[in-house]
Amino acid sequence: MGLADIATLIRSKNAGPFILTFDILFADLASYRRVKDSGALNPAAFAKLYRCPVEKVRFFECENALALKFSIPRPLTQGELGDGDMHGGQQFIPLMNVEIP
Amino acid sequence: MATDKFQQIRFISPVGSVGGGISSPALDEALAQAPHFIACDAGTTDAGPFSLGMGISAFPREAVKRDLSLMLRAGRTANIPVIIGSAGTAGGDVHVDWVLEIAREIVAEYHLTLRTAVIYAEQDKAYLKRLLQQNRILPLDPAPPISEGIIDSSSRIVGMMGVEPLQQAVADGANFVLAGRCSDSALFAAIPLMQGFPPGLAWHAGKVSECGTLVCETLGKGVIFTTIGQDEITIRPYGAGLRCTPQSVAAHSLYENANPYLHRECSGTFDLTKSTFEAIDDVRVRIRGSEFISEPYTVKLEGAALAGYQSIIVGGIRDPHIIRQLDNWLAEVRSYIDESVSHVLGDAADKGSYSLTFHTYGINAVMGSLEPDPKHLPHEVGIVLEASAPTQEMAHQVAQLSRQPLLHYPIKEWGGSTTAFACLHNPAVIDRGPIYRFNLNHVAVPNTPLEMFRTHFIDLGGSEK
Repeated sequence: MGLADIATLIRSKNAGPFILTFDILFADLASYRRVKDSGALNPAAFAKLYRCPVEKVRFFECENALALKFSIPRPLTQGELGDGDMHGGQQFIPLMNVEIP
Repeated sequence: MATDKFQQIRFISPVGSVGGGISSPALDEALAQAPHFIACDAGTTDAGPFSLGMGISAFPREAVKRDLSLMLRAGRTANIPVIIGSAGTAGGDVHVDWVLEIAREIVAEYHLTLRTAVIYAEQDKAYLKRLLQQNRILPLDPAPPISEGIIDSSSRIVGMMGVEPLQQAVADGANFVLAGRCSDSALFAAIPLMQGFPPGLAWHAGKVSECGTLVCETLGKGVIFTTIGQDEITIRPYGAGLRCTPQSVAAHSLYENANPYLHRECSGTFDLTKSTFEAIDDVRVRIRGSEFISEPYTVKLEGAALAGYQSIIVGGIRDPHIIRQLDNWLAEVRSYIDESVSHVLGDAADKGSYSLTFHTYGINAVMGSLEPDPKHLPHEVGIVLEASAPTQEMAHQVAQLSRQPLLHYPIKEWGGSTTAFACLHNPAVIDRGPIYRFNLNHVAVPNTPLEMFRTHFIDLGGSEK
């Protein structure tokens, strides 16, 4: 099953001009735990998906928000020549198809 | 200021950003609950570096005026202070003055009197260079390089103030505090901290309230009303159909933050690791357990520098022969443009002085290097060509010189001259004006919390001398 079929919301956004952050939210504790416990979402997998060194990936498990979260440095600073997503809102797409066993 | 013998303090966050559109009925409903102050943030870096660099607001003037008018009148009706921070989007001096001018109009139109504290946050370059020499400017991660030259070349640098300048203004009798760049949470934490409420709760209350109804389950028209007690925060919306739920309030700490648990402010970090969120009823949530750790005082710096001027061409390609070889075709078009530019502009335009960027919509314009599926070919590709150069005239000419190669650069699949590129506009070239870049991600270590900020008192309205 793809992550997008389990999560209620997958989103990306700037966290300031230099960082991109990704939130994955769930409707209930069971869905949250299913994905968390599957181990499919982890810094190494995220680093591969986002072509970024694993030591730059920050990963958070937020049970009280029923959310998993990643943050990475922006490939290009917000507004730099070549940046095509000023608010970072459309960078979550590769997460949608992460297979959750 | 009476705060029920300091048992609790109540405030209104009327909207996530001044100009976002305050719900007037919801504001009235919240005002009836005896708040002690109203606070609202008016800025963000999220709009991009242009506002800071150029010195203009990203919100329309009339929208800012409407919201500011509602807040200032509500503040006078209830006889409570109104605190506005990060004025005019970027919180530079010119942005603060722009909002001050709007406030003057409102005061005149509604015959208000306002003891106004205007707090400027723009930074003197000589002062910053002294701090740099003393190793009192420190990089955050990731940070671009810093030097005296980079400070000098900035169009504008602001410091993000903490609670201290706001508290000073309130203590000196301001009932309207108009601040330049400011921590969003500090706008709401300033008065509760003055009244001795626990710092972890004061800061967390500010954090969950500052985006208005974004903290609710679904975004809608309304205001946020927050109460801080000695060991808990209660947050609720006013507005039809709006609810705060434990998950929505907890999840709000994720939004636009790299770390959902630790939030660095000037005077330390508030820590939400042990925070608990509990439903009181369908719309109210109780928060407990948030902590604050004092740390050496730092002030975040934001800077923008002129990156040049830009002209663009917008259009598209439908020909499958070209779409199949788009990367190569664009590389050849680019070489052809470079040759034309060097031929026409000569020494004025060596290749380092201008740049051409192709955004290929349908291929990878949105995700760039992160695009997982750049080989998937659509039936149509949208192209935005950006020509950037040190002057508008040069950017314009480079863009003009790009049009013919885009239109007519040949491919071997067709036996004669074709027109490959569908221009959207006539004239095809659009001048975008100056473009800016963020050039700092650093903190300053001042000697005192107040030394980077300048406060002026102005009596607006009837009491003005």
